[in-house]
Amino acid sequence: MSEKKLIILGLIIFVVIVTFPLWYNRGKAAPAPERILTDKAKAAKVCVRSTDYMKAEHMQLLDLWRDSVVRQGTRIYVSPSGKEYNMSLSNRCLDCHSNKAEFCDRCHNYASVRPYCWDCHIDNPKETS
Amino acid sequence: MLELAIKGSKRYYGWMTFLLAVIGAGFLVYLWQLDFGLGITGLSRDASWGFYIANFTFLVGVAAGGVMVVLPYYLHDYKAFGKVTILGEFLAIASVIMCITFILVDLGQPMRVFNVFLYPTPNSVLFWDTIVLQGYLLLNIIIGWNVLEAERNNVHYQRWLKPLIYLSIPWAISIHTVTAYLYCGLPGRGFWMTAILAPRFLSSAFASGPALLVLLCLIIRRVSSFDPGREQIQSLAKIVAYAICVNVFFFLCEVFVVFYSQIPEHMDHFKYLFVGLYGKGAYVPWMWASLTLMVIGIILTVNPLTRKNEGVLAVACVLIFLGTWIDKGLGMIAGGFTPNPLHHVNEYIPTLPEIMIALGVWAMGFLVLSALFKIAVGVKEEVRA
Amino acid sequence: MDSSRRRVLQLLGLSALGLSVKPVLNAFAEEAEQQAQAQIKRGENALSAQQWAMVVDTRAFESEDDFAPLIEACHKIHNVPVLENKRHEIKWIWTDHFHNAFPGKAARFLSEEVEKRPFLVLCNHCENPPCVRACPTKATFKRESDGIVLMDFHRCIGCRFCMAACPFGARSFNFRDPRPFIKETNKQFPTRMKGVVEKCNFCAERLAVGQLPACVAASDGALTFGDLYDPASEVRELIRTNFTIRRKQTLGTEPSVYYIV
Ligand code: SF4
Ligand code: SF4
Ligand code: SF4
Repeated sequence: MSEKKLIILGLIIFVVIVTFPLWYNRGKAAPAPERILTDKAKAAKVCVRSTDYMKAEHMQLLDLWRDSVVRQGTRIYVSPSGKEYNMSLSNRCLDCHSNKAEFCDRCHNYASVRPYCWDCHIDNPKETS
Repeated sequence: MLELAIKGSKRYYGWMTFLLAVIGAGFLVYLWQLDFGLGITGLSRDASWGFYIANFTFLVGVAAGGVMVVLPYYLHDYKAFGKVTILGEFLAIASVIMCITFILVDLGQPMRVFNVFLYPTPNSVLFWDTIVLQGYLLLNIIIGWNVLEAERNNVHYQRWLKPLIYLSIPWAISIHTVTAYLYCGLPGRGFWMTAILAPRFLSSAFASGPALLVLLCLIIRRVSSFDPGREQIQSLAKIVAYAICVNVFFFLCEVFVVFYSQIPEHMDHFKYLFVGLYGKGAYVPWMWASLTLMVIGIILTVNPLTRKNEGVLAVACVLIFLGTWIDKGLGMIAGGFTPNPLHHVNEYIPTLPEIMIALGVWAMGFLVLSALFKIAVGVKEEVRA
Repeated sequence: MDSSRRRVLQLLGLSALGLSVKPVLNAFAEEAEQQAQAQIKRGENALSAQQWAMVVDTRAFESEDDFAPLIEACHKIHNVPVLENKRHEIKWIWTDHFHNAFPGKAARFLSEEVEKRPFLVLCNHCENPPCVRACPTKATFKRESDGIVLMDFHRCIGCRFCMAACPFGARSFNFRDPRPFIKETNKQFPTRMKGVVEKCNFCAERLAVGQLPACVAASDGALTFGDLYDPASEVRELIRTNFTIRRKQTLGTEPSVYYIV
């Protein structure tokens, strides 16, 4: 009998701990961080794709770019609007979005993802020229 | 049956705590390696594999050696081994777990290891090696566990296990063959480029694996009321004796080919290992020690008088285990990489952190082994009682 | 009774499967649509070949100093770190003695000047590369379009099988984070991270924009670069008119770097 009680108590504690983050926040999601653009990015007005697409799919896009540049050697991306881009994280993406801490990190932190792109790709290529 | 692994004497707990401590120490050093990179090891541009891969290779042998108790029992109906097959299977499980861990700690980017399955590459031997190793692990877990459970319940094991048991026999050969193919198919590595590498690996495996089993049987007899049996131990010892003879014979074949043909690309590695090259020869004493150990091992195991004395046999098995470990675990990898492809001699010497991580992996293997053997022995004691 | 219940369960299971597959199919369709909108193509200036090859006129080099600018050009633009510890050394292109660069080819008595002269070595971009055969993830691969043996640093698991397989010692491993050891970073080219292998890439990034490899450009004509399978190419012309050798030809890896001695 007392074993049964212990088990039930244990189960309750387990459930409480597991669901803690859910009820602790009680549905009030932390506000998504605001996008901060550099002047260069603002001036360009559009990214290689629509903002919505980029927000949701930039990792797939980068994956596609990476495979096609590294493995196929095809390096030009023609966007639906007909504009051509050199597919390069270092030299294209990070050229406009040279504010890694504000642009990339804030959202990645919010989503709690830790991509290690910058272990190799240097984050602010503008400084060179 | 798992409960058998946690109910034990003080001595058992002491031993397991000791192993856990070694694992813990190794793990801490591994965390350092993860943070810093493989630079904390003695590896270099020239010796790109070292202690980890060497131990991996040796342990694949020990895993394959387990088949030496399975094969006579199931294929030749050698009844006496019925008592100890489970020990062979459980030894294989622990060894393969160590092998896989050694591969993992050797990787520069271990988080990406699944790329091997995401981008399967059938032309890479390493791809096949991961497959056969995991297959062998699975086979032994399924077979060992079910056969033991059946024994505990006093019934015959399930019929569907039979084909798996038969499959596990050639599979054991395959794991070590594929491991040898990792090395012997590489152009420009004269030391490994010999068709006898796989047979040599197998012969040393069938010596070191059963030698370890003999030692484990003797220990089990001391610490439990289960006696693996004198006949069993003697039969294992004969297997060790033949295998170590064949191993030394294969080695001499290689020595003949290399030194009679005098082709420098093949000969220089042997020179480096046994007499030193361009004034460098860190492995010279080790290699001679290994040969001596193996030869003494042959004398002690082949001679019936010494073999039948279990005290002497235990010493012989230790010598053989050490001898084959030095031969395969130290010389085989370091020797293959020195001199390097541009004919420079840059020696590989393992570092302390590297050795500590390796010890941690060994301790982990022995932890698994102890728990599994504890279960097996527990069942045997129960059934007998 | 029993069988009919099973039947119902089967049907339920099937439809559940169908339902779960549908969104996936939709996603596929969507993606296909978007891919149809965006396109990927080669750069207009990109140089192409069936198999890139290099001819090194070793007569043009006398001492280490003659090679220094080539090596520096390569290592600088590719962010190759300079590591003091010899074991951790990383190099894409370097020099060695004749009997080291061509072991087995050196006669007992060599012409004095060949014996003294350093020789340039780099990845051979073999036509039958053992490193590619060995790699378990296709992180090292031979590019179909132009025969360059390339590395996909994103995919490399750092098993170093390729290093054991390469008979030319062309590959280096990042035993530690290379960044602190790069004196001047070229921000146009990525660095590497610890735990991956690297080697000469025949300047694939330069070929893509119509430039010759950096070492060739810096060599003052002593290195020649071109298509091995174009009979009219400069490299073929040199091979036709000069006696050339390759490193460890007997191994059958078919190196694409030729040396005029
Ligand atoms: S030289 Fe070595 S690394 Fe380069 S392609 Fe040939 S085998 Fe591969
Ligand atoms: S180290 Fe990287 S490139 Fe080399 S074989 Fe392993 S995965 Fe392939
Ligand atoms: S071809 Fe390019 S990458 Fe290769 S050695 Fe020359 S400069 Fe370096």
